[in-house]
Amino acid sequence: MMQSPDLPDIEQRIALLCERHGCEPRRLLQILIDVQEIYTFIPPQALTAIARHLPLPRVSVEGVAGFYSFLSLEPAGQYRILFSDNVTDRMLGNEELMRQFCNKLWLEPGKVSEDELVSADFTSCTGMCDQGPAALINGWPVTRLNRERIDLIADLILAKSPVASWPPTLFEVNDNIRRTDRLLDESFEPGSAIKAAVTRGAEAIFTELKLSRLRGRGGAGYKTAEKWITCRNSPAPARYIVCNADEGEPGTFKDRVLLNRLADTVFEGMTVGARLLSSAKGFLYLRGEYRYLLEKLEEILARRREAGLLGSNILGEPGFDFDIEIHLGAGAYICGEESGMIESLEGRRGKPRNRPPYPAQHGYLDQPTVVNNVETFACAAMIAVHGGKWFGETGTWESSGSKILSISGDCHWPGIYEYPFGVSVQKILEDCGAQEPYAVQVGGPSGILVSWQEFERSISFEDLPTAGAFTIFQRGRDILEAVRNYAHFFAHESCGFCTPCRVGTQLQKKIVDKIANGHGTASDLEELKHLGHLMRTLSHCGLGHAAPNPVLDMLQKFPGAYEQKLTSLSFEPAFDLDAALATARRITGRDDPSAHLP
Amino acid sequence: MISTITIDGKTVPFTEEQTIMDAALAAGVYIPHLCHNPEFKPHGSCKLCVVEANGRNVTSCTMPASPGMVVVNDTPELNEDRKALVQMLFVEGNHICPACEATGNCQLQAAGYYLHMQSPHFMHFYPPRRVDASHPDIFLDLNRCILCELCVRASRDIDKKSVFGISSRGIDSHLVVNSESGRLGDTSMAVTDKAAHVCPTGAILIKRKGYTVPMGKRLFDQKTLPEFHLEQQKRVEPEDGPDGG
Amino acid sequence: MADEKRKIRIATCSLAGCFGCHTSMLDIDERLFDLLEMVEFDRTPFTDIKHCGPCDIGIVEGGVSNAENAHVLKEFRENCKVLVAIGSCAITGNVPALRNNIDLWDCFQEVYLYDPGTEGKQIPNDPELPLPFDKVYPIYEVVKVDYFLHGCPPPANAIWKFLTDLIQGRQPETGHELLRYD
Repeated sequence: MMQSPDLPDIEQRIALLCERHGCEPRRLLQILIDVQEIYTFIPPQALTAIARHLPLPRVSVEGVAGFYSFLSLEPAGQYRILFSDNVTDRMLGNEELMRQFCNKLWLEPGKVSEDELVSADFTSCTGMCDQGPAALINGWPVTRLNRERIDLIADLILAKSPVASWPPTLFEVNDNIRRTDRLLDESFEPGSAIKAAVTRGAEAIFTELKLSRLRGRGGAGYKTAEKWITCRNSPAPARYIVCNADEGEPGTFKDRVLLNRLADTVFEGMTVGARLLSSAKGFLYLRGEYRYLLEKLEEILARRREAGLLGSNILGEPGFDFDIEIHLGAGAYICGEESGMIESLEGRRGKPRNRPPYPAQHGYLDQPTVVNNVETFACAAMIAVHGGKWFGETGTWESSGSKILSISGDCHWPGIYEYPFGVSVQKILEDCGAQEPYAVQVGGPSGILVSWQEFERSISFEDLPTAGAFTIFQRGRDILEAVRNYAHFFAHESCGFCTPCRVGTQLQKKIVDKIANGHGTASDLEELKHLGHLMRTLSHCGLGHAAPNPVLDMLQKFPGAYEQKLTSLSFEPAFDLDAALATARRITGRDDPSAHLP
Repeated sequence: MISTITIDGKTVPFTEEQTIMDAALAAGVYIPHLCHNPEFKPHGSCKLCVVEANGRNVTSCTMPASPGMVVVNDTPELNEDRKALVQMLFVEGNHICPACEATGNCQLQAAGYYLHMQSPHFMHFYPPRRVDASHPDIFLDLNRCILCELCVRASRDIDKKSVFGISSRGIDSHLVVNSESGRLGDTSMAVTDKAAHVCPTGAILIKRKGYTVPMGKRLFDQKTLPEFHLEQQKRVEPEDGPDGG
Repeated sequence: MADEKRKIRIATCSLAGCFGCHTSMLDIDERLFDLLEMVEFDRTPFTDIKHCGPCDIGIVEGGVSNAENAHVLKEFRENCKVLVAIGSCAITGNVPALRNNIDLWDCFQEVYLYDPGTEGKQIPNDPELPLPFDKVYPIYEVVKVDYFLHGCPPPANAIWKFLTDLIQGRQPETGHELLRYD
């Protein structure tokens, strides 16, 4: 086992920390995040101490600490840089920047430097695709990376300058709002939606919600009114409202902007929900990548409490008590799945639950719980103020209202675009200045890879449903490389619970790699279809069901992307036989012909 | 009131709270499974027991039965998929049957026999995994762990010790034990614990018992996995599990 | 005897295996005579023919552990219409694959430098010696394999059943009682 570093005051510090979190087992992830911030990793003694204080079995604490990729059980350096590895970061040259960074600091990717000063690795999309290549430094986002910025960062690290004193321009995050519609156009008066809910009554607001035909903005499109009514009709001592800001789908970043610009509207939507469902407690599950927004959001919550918009007797209504707690994630895409999110909120590994029962009946602490997307809550607030009819005037019948899209990739003006539902892909491409667009990944890797022949299709639940990601590839882009990036993403983010997803995503990744490396055969394509079938039909949750999507879309729509890479042989090993002799060549010092294989 | 479902056309009664798997096993209808054991809370991770219920694929060990449900189970297509899952479990670990004490008593192996697995088909991962011999009476060999969490459930729910848990994520998910050293010998595990006797493979072995029953005369040399699982269901007080003890 | 049907030509070899599967082949005992009525052998350890010529069936025991194994396996694949993986080593790597998680340098040191019986204490570098791969691979990960006959070794009865099925043009079937991984 690893040598435990000598940390003399760790017992007292952990005791204090646990105390600050009320020694609540459900706060475990939050405690671990704090420990990581103090020690830059989670020492084994900390796990033991936390287990004693909460109290929980040590295995449970270790299990949670091991689940989230931002938590490290081994020293990860005083400076930990994680390069965002979305396909858009790739297209902007993040691999070269990583090399430059590592060369400059004598690093090997994924390994901590010998002096334990710094480590560098890749991480899944950090939600900065409109201003990439991006990275996280000790959890803080840096954007628009280039050679100069990498040099600067490397120098700052070598000078052991604290991250807090680095030039603020490095950490600048722009909203890049390019097109607005209903939601972003309308100014919002804090308190107005709650006032409407209080004066008009819950039933009236439910009626408005139904009239609005609002559907969940997370992509699945469940009818919001229906979900809320199911929750309300489930008898229980408590109900919970959860706002899903674990925007992990690669290529999506609209929640980042909504929380930066419209946090009041979002919190207000949650509070309206609380009024309708008689809920006293809500959570904002904020993805670890957006930790930089935490202080600002906490301030807004504090301001709302002062204004009587949160807390006890909201707007003077006796018994209208509701408050919102921000819960941080720590690098796990699967926590965006609603039952995985609830597990995480309860302080456990973010493993999706068996369903039924559904969260609306048995959710957080087994109580009826509504989990909705950030944008859905913002819409709900607007509907409470302006009415369902107003909302339903835009969009299509099945997809009412507008949709906020996160546009990135090959276009002139990446950023946030709000459109009425039903807008065509073609129109969006024109607006954002896409040149010679060839393909668009709508809805991220879990979504649909749309080819140039389908650009008349529309963004809507009935055609191209999406949580908002819209990643553009121009003619000449290697679609296989994009699909490979997505295959790696799913393999990295699979929670590992069920066999088909845990193993299937790995096998899929290996075969796509094999094809990309020029060793693929026709039988490998059949194998990809076979794996796709297994993941789609047997997996435990949506991640596994969606994991084959980009691969299968490519096989069907982009034969040109892989055909010329295939060998004409009927069979090729998955590994390079000659390379597999390299170690023995080195050991024996041989380089004769029989020490090689063709 | 007794309601019924049908499984492959056969009418099967069920009571409230029963899953498809419960109802099936009680009626002597076999649905292949590895992570399920009627003594423990259902888990639903291996996915061998996926069936089609009312046209939708569901995990039968966790899906509650509902009146009139039409279940399709024993079809060549589903059994092919199940075989692929067993193949996945074989290649993701290091399952070297001839060198394993549990051979002949191993449910993973027996599932391979039942589903006619002629080869593991996929490329092997040969992952580096840990072996822990620190406990005086028990071996822990993670090479053979299939993450069914039966030991986790047994230790937590029956032994009340929580000796086992799962850490890490995805393909790196692995069993961990309840000690700072990470060694089984430093936990409160006892050879009499339920958790020592529920492993369906050879990941948890009792020391000095490996060859008391010779190869060729072991559990799955005598019976098939369905026969074993259907008897397991009937047993009120379970005898020694398939650890050869 | 002019009308005699052409005999099925079979080649066999053992790569990273222990010849146990070949021994089990011999365990079909007097049925060997029946077999020889139907087949003739090309390269096998029984004939001492060194290279495989065109054959109907190639039977490979053992996994792929070194460069020579890879050459022999490719020769078999190129010359045999049907290739059969026999035994657990050919199918999973089996016991030789226990080395797959031991660093190759550690293996070499243990064998050539640390072992008390070694003379001279040096790593051999003779080009005559087959160079080992990083890992031992089942043969289906190196070439396409048509049929698998599992077991360590497969029982003689399974081999007999399997071979007679194959020779007589049937889909080889090894039912539950003959399918074994150990």
